[in-house]
Amino acid sequence: MAALIANPDAQFVFWALLKIVVILGAMLGVVSYLIYAERKIAGHIQARVGPNRVGPLGLLQPIADVLKLFFKEEFIPDDANKVIFHIAPILAVLPALVTFSVVPIGPNFIVTDINVGLLLFLAMSSLGVYSITLAGWSSNNKYALIGGLRSSAQMISYELAMGLSTIGVLLLAGSLSLLDIVHAQERMWFVVYQPVAFVIFMITAFAETNRAPFDLPEAEAELVAGFHTEYSSMKFGMFFLGEFMNVIAICSIAVTLFLGGWNGPWLPEPLKFLWFFAKLGVLLFFFIWVRWTYPRLRYDQLMHFGWKVLLPLALANVVLTGAGLYWVGTRS
Amino acid sequence: MIPFLFIGFAVLLVASSLMVILHRNPVTSALFLVLAFCSLAGIYLLLHAEFVGLVQVIVYAGAIMVLFLFVIMYMNLQKDEESGLQSALRRALGWLLGALLAAEAWMLVRGRWAPGPVAPQTLAPPAGNTQQVGLALYSRYLFPFEITSMLLLVAMVGVIVIARGRAAAARDAAARDGGEGGTP
Repeated sequence: MAALIANPDAQFVFWALLKIVVILGAMLGVVSYLIYAERKIAGHIQARVGPNRVGPLGLLQPIADVLKLFFKEEFIPDDANKVIFHIAPILAVLPALVTFSVVPIGPNFIVTDINVGLLLFLAMSSLGVYSITLAGWSSNNKYALIGGLRSSAQMISYELAMGLSTIGVLLLAGSLSLLDIVHAQERMWFVVYQPVAFVIFMITAFAETNRAPFDLPEAEAELVAGFHTEYSSMKFGMFFLGEFMNVIAICSIAVTLFLGGWNGPWLPEPLKFLWFFAKLGVLLFFFIWVRWTYPRLRYDQLMHFGWKVLLPLALANVVLTGAGLYWVGTRS
Repeated sequence: MIPFLFIGFAVLLVASSLMVILHRNPVTSALFLVLAFCSLAGIYLLLHAEFVGLVQVIVYAGAIMVLFLFVIMYMNLQKDEESGLQSALRRALGWLLGALLAAEAWMLVRGRWAPGPVAPQTLAPPAGNTQQVGLALYSRYLFPFEITSMLLLVAMVGVIVIARGRAAAARDAAARDGGEGGTP
């Protein structure tokens, strides 16, 4: 036993597991209260009060919601492809959880720092398409199918602009490791040097997470509920969870890439992670604010915007950043 | 620990590759191919080729397989309808190639094998994986790299011309018919 405790491999695995458990627990709590926050903010934007019956200020509402989801009847369509119908909700949550393994939350709080952390995030966001496509197809319902079809086209189109918008940051930091990127922002946040890239990243983030104004895969007015029309009970809950997890994951990456991660004044080293959460909170509020402010785009406008506006803009930003860095390099 | 992980990924890779060709449902086959790509990426990671491993996931599992899946799903592919002759020919060819492969395998296995280093010593400094790939691509392999990108560009333009050409031709034909006094 003593030998096992002294073994560095075992220590590494133990600490990694501990951090994973902490992050998972924290995320589940944050997600349920993010849903509460969304309902509350939506209420105030629409001059309502929002949930206020369960517990003080409605604070126990998320618990009641989850319990309700668990006790709902589970329904599977007769002609659905059963196995894929079960796998799709799992795939909705998984990629977002994996992304958190490379997000540096505080100076000493990161599950693992791999030297291609940003690529891991891009890989996971590209795998996110599967859950929606498979859910839409396996339900054997035409509305769900159209929702899945739209979502795959949308996510593939916006993924390119998102990947290209991060390249400016990579050029500045000279590394794909998220820890190095945060360290490179100790003096100045990258959003100052890369404002265009930040705007493109945020817009594509809305599209990648299927949030309004890009929520075409589940446009209620035309598609009933889109890809999750046939899902009920906790399987529907998993899609809900996955959507909010993805929002948190993508906002964490935006904080890390553009807003300096945990860097900030005043706080001592061990409390720096509070800066990370403060910035994350601001971005999450922004996501909710946009959802209840802007109407949904039409499908052809969405494709037009992605391919003919965002993609050329992101490419131009890469070229300009490269030229600027070259100019600075030759002058100094 | 690494040998155990390698065995795990290798078993997963072989099993899912087998399922790709053995499963009846084309969509399930495509999904097993995604699993195979992901386990291959895991093996790359164990070899300290992080860049290759994750690009494997982004490009193959994330982009190419989605398009494949797209086609399979929305074309609603069923089993191929084919005549007895075609089937017999294919079966004969299969046996022939299988025999060839088995002969090759036998030749290989018969040869003498000595235990050597499992993996080559790390060629690059561990932190510079992406830099090493980039340097190799943009210096030593610059010409093939540029030729490949030209080839892809030409293919892309060609596809757009063909796809648009057909639609435009149909539109023109419809307009001409309409101009001559309407179709019946």
